[in-house]
Amino acid sequence: MKYQTVIGLEVHLQLNTKTKAFCGCSTDFGKAPNSNVCPVCLGLPGSLPVYNREALNSAIKLALAFDCQIQEHTKFDRKNYFYPDLPKNYQISQFDLPLSKNGYLDLYSQDGIKRIGITRIHLEEDAGKLIHEPGASLVDFNRTGIPLLEIVSEPDLNSPQEAFDYLTSLKNIIEYLDVSDCDMEKGSLRCDANISLRLAGAKELGVKTELKNMNSFKGVKDALTFEVARQTQLLETDEKMIQETRLWDAENGQTVSMRTKEGAKDYRYFPDPDLTVFVIDPATVAEIKARLPELPQEKMDRLIKEYGLTEYDAKILVSSKKDAKFAEDCIRDYPGKDKKEIVNWLIGPLLSEANMRNMQLHELKLERKELINLVGFVQKQEISHLSAKNVLNQLIGSSRSAGDLIREGNFAQISDTQALNGIIETVIQENEKSVNDFKSGKTNALMYLVGQVMKKSSGKANPKVVGQLISRRLTDV
Amino acid sequence: MELNQFTAQELLEKLKARQISSGEILESLYARIKETDSQVKAYVRKRPENKDIPISLNEEKGMLNGFPITVKDNICTEGLATECCSKILQGFLPPYDATVIRKIKQNGGTIFPLKANMDEFAFGSSTENSFFGPTHNPWGLDYVPGGSSGGSAAAVAASSAIWALGSDTGGSIRQPASFCGVVGLKPTYGRVSRYGLIAFASSLDQIGPITKNVRDAAILTGIISGYDPKDSTSVNLPVPDYTQSLTGEIKGLKIGIPKEYFVEGMDPEVKEIIEEAINKLKNLGGFTSQVSLPHTEYAVPVYYIIATAEASSNLARFDGVQYGYRAPSNNLIEMYKLTRAEGFGQEAKRRIILGTFALSHGYYDAYYLRALKVRTLIKQDFDRVFNDFDCIVTPTSPTSAFKIGERSQDPLKMYLSDIYTISVNLAGIPAISIPCGFTKKGLPVGLQIMAKPFNEEMLFRVAHTFEQNTEWHKLKAKL
Repeated sequence: MKYQTVIGLEVHLQLNTKTKAFCGCSTDFGKAPNSNVCPVCLGLPGSLPVYNREALNSAIKLALAFDCQIQEHTKFDRKNYFYPDLPKNYQISQFDLPLSKNGYLDLYSQDGIKRIGITRIHLEEDAGKLIHEPGASLVDFNRTGIPLLEIVSEPDLNSPQEAFDYLTSLKNIIEYLDVSDCDMEKGSLRCDANISLRLAGAKELGVKTELKNMNSFKGVKDALTFEVARQTQLLETDEKMIQETRLWDAENGQTVSMRTKEGAKDYRYFPDPDLTVFVIDPATVAEIKARLPELPQEKMDRLIKEYGLTEYDAKILVSSKKDAKFAEDCIRDYPGKDKKEIVNWLIGPLLSEANMRNMQLHELKLERKELINLVGFVQKQEISHLSAKNVLNQLIGSSRSAGDLIREGNFAQISDTQALNGIIETVIQENEKSVNDFKSGKTNALMYLVGQVMKKSSGKANPKVVGQLISRRLTDV
Repeated sequence: MELNQFTAQELLEKLKARQISSGEILESLYARIKETDSQVKAYVRKRPENKDIPISLNEEKGMLNGFPITVKDNICTEGLATECCSKILQGFLPPYDATVIRKIKQNGGTIFPLKANMDEFAFGSSTENSFFGPTHNPWGLDYVPGGSSGGSAAAVAASSAIWALGSDTGGSIRQPASFCGVVGLKPTYGRVSRYGLIAFASSLDQIGPITKNVRDAAILTGIISGYDPKDSTSVNLPVPDYTQSLTGEIKGLKIGIPKEYFVEGMDPEVKEIIEEAINKLKNLGGFTSQVSLPHTEYAVPVYYIIATAEASSNLARFDGVQYGYRAPSNNLIEMYKLTRAEGFGQEAKRRIILGTFALSHGYYDAYYLRALKVRTLIKQDFDRVFNDFDCIVTPTSPTSAFKIGERSQDPLKMYLSDIYTISVNLAGIPAISIPCGFTKKGLPVGLQIMAKPFNEEMLFRVAHTFEQNTEWHKLKAKL
């Protein structure tokens, strides 16, 4: 690779506190415009901000999850600029004494673990929403003042895929902490990217491009991919690169220049005199740390250790916090000593059912004990694996028990030799070639014959038993 | 005697004894306004002569029994226009009461329906920067009442208010009090809630009383003080009964006289009057001694960097989007530019530009950051003195009131008249101004007393003792 890609990501996260960052207004989404407002978040003359303690605790929680250092003294600064969605024409943010810094997020892949540095996580407030109509622009201040966290990564990501993986892992961890909905579609998670290219091995960073307007993780990846190609071309043709901001145009699959950095804004940051310097009590930090929930990586390691799962299986299970809980409950309740069976059902047929219905595992209307019963029936060979998959499909959303469905659907596995011999004879008759193949040593032929019996028995024959019977039958004769 | 000639304490007693009603007090004030305000112009947005001003008395009884108070135009009063005497806030009707207003109402007080004149956004030391024109000093109608709470001070001096609320960022209660021969107190920063005070400089502003005598100031301070969870800068300390401090004696108190406050530029008449006042304090049993506040010379530049920087940000919200004046325009940028160009007065623009410059990239360290550091040094000067002294006494202003128009063309000269009051705000300490004499032209001179943080009791004790042993507070402006 001639050029190395260098990417840093800035994520803005809306916290899911009940009330706003600096006032008691509700943060409920989707209310009538300008209904969740008060003099403070409207920035009315004379109003003053008072920081939301819950938001601070959530922020500390998140910072600890990424192993950041929590600053003992932190303060708020005013970021001054004019825009109609910003009622005070300044945003309360943090500049030089952010809440936390120097953390990391580890990315796991088949190539190993890559550590992505997190420069800082700081507190700020959201702006309102502008709606443009012909002849007028309307402002809705419901969103003004909702607490935000800004998470800035070091430029340690070296490919659009890594950026995608970083965002996925980030979202996973945030979900586990339950501090945000992190839904890019609802706007509770926003992402801007900084990307530059440099000659492989070079020490200095190349000219930086800022990317905005990406509305999904895939959008981020696509935008970065486009940029790598665009910048590579520029560098190859020796064209001068300017530092600029570009917008992702998802419809046309390209980035478009927004403004050059020449007119870079001077925000005139200064400490907000309405808010005092905060001293964060180490005891509070210790208490929040002690109460941190088990994070995805920890949970994965534990599942592997406790239940003997493979890394691959464990990774799938922890990818959603609620799914992980559902899965763990199933695994725990499963009476068998070897948990592999139930795990296979969870990440195999059950996951397929969920994907097919566009749902998550835990969203499926399925009683845990019925799933376990079903797996039990398969273990006891009362039903074939194939039939069980059918039963599972019917079990979801049904109020019937697994046992009832098996009986009613006549899914019970036929293991009875007498019942099977009839079908076997028919199959042997009809498949002379395969019979001969088997006799001449081609073991594949056995599989084929078993398959034919399964077909004729509508999947109810016990394939193991069938295999044994055919084998004996053909070697005997 | 007309009701408007009494003090608040006297009228409160009469109200309690049901000898009078608060309605009668209001009538007396309206009558006095008719008599004097066309000359003094202490009030703004008055109705034409033949229209009655609606009376809305507070139904709650409380200790105030409906007693009225005049409020400066930068304190939010629900449903009553609050415009900071600026065109850009034209028609702004706050949907909420400032905390001090709420406290007054809870105690049974009535908010006087006319607001007091002020320098626009509190930017000024003469009330000449008001959109509605200047207020005239009741002691000499050609003279300024001081600023920025000139309307409040003039109304009390003219008896068209019994007592009033002002705000003080660099001397805006104390200086007009001294020019108008009344009492004005700036409480310790954090003593009184700023919620609802339209901000000038957030780290310096405080609301305080302007009254006819020290006892009234003690009563009013007690009502408006206290921790407010809506103001992160308000301090959670109990509010004492300040009337208990009015002991009438100061025997053995150690009084510091800072040498840096008695230098060139001081009016010789004022110097003489102040020296006599200091002698009086000695005669009453106080021990006076020279002290030094070595960083005094930096106070004015430090103030004008910090205060304007904060103001430039606090005033950014006045843009025509939600409330107030909006200039006709064709697009967003034009709306911002024209609204602010047309809505703000000269002094407001001057300070916004100064403050923006001080915070801008490349200058922040040299000006703003440095000013913050020197501010700490100024505060430490006071901490040191208060280790050994109970209070500090100085003139409130280097001169008595100047003529209207005399300094308005020279902003720098105007700024320098704040020299004795400004350090107090920078250090966050409380200070009071009381009348202590008159110049030959008959213009009042004020004595300033400073104390350490949250020691308003000391101020009331010293001020009351001086007042009760002199006759200055009994003299009234002839209107």
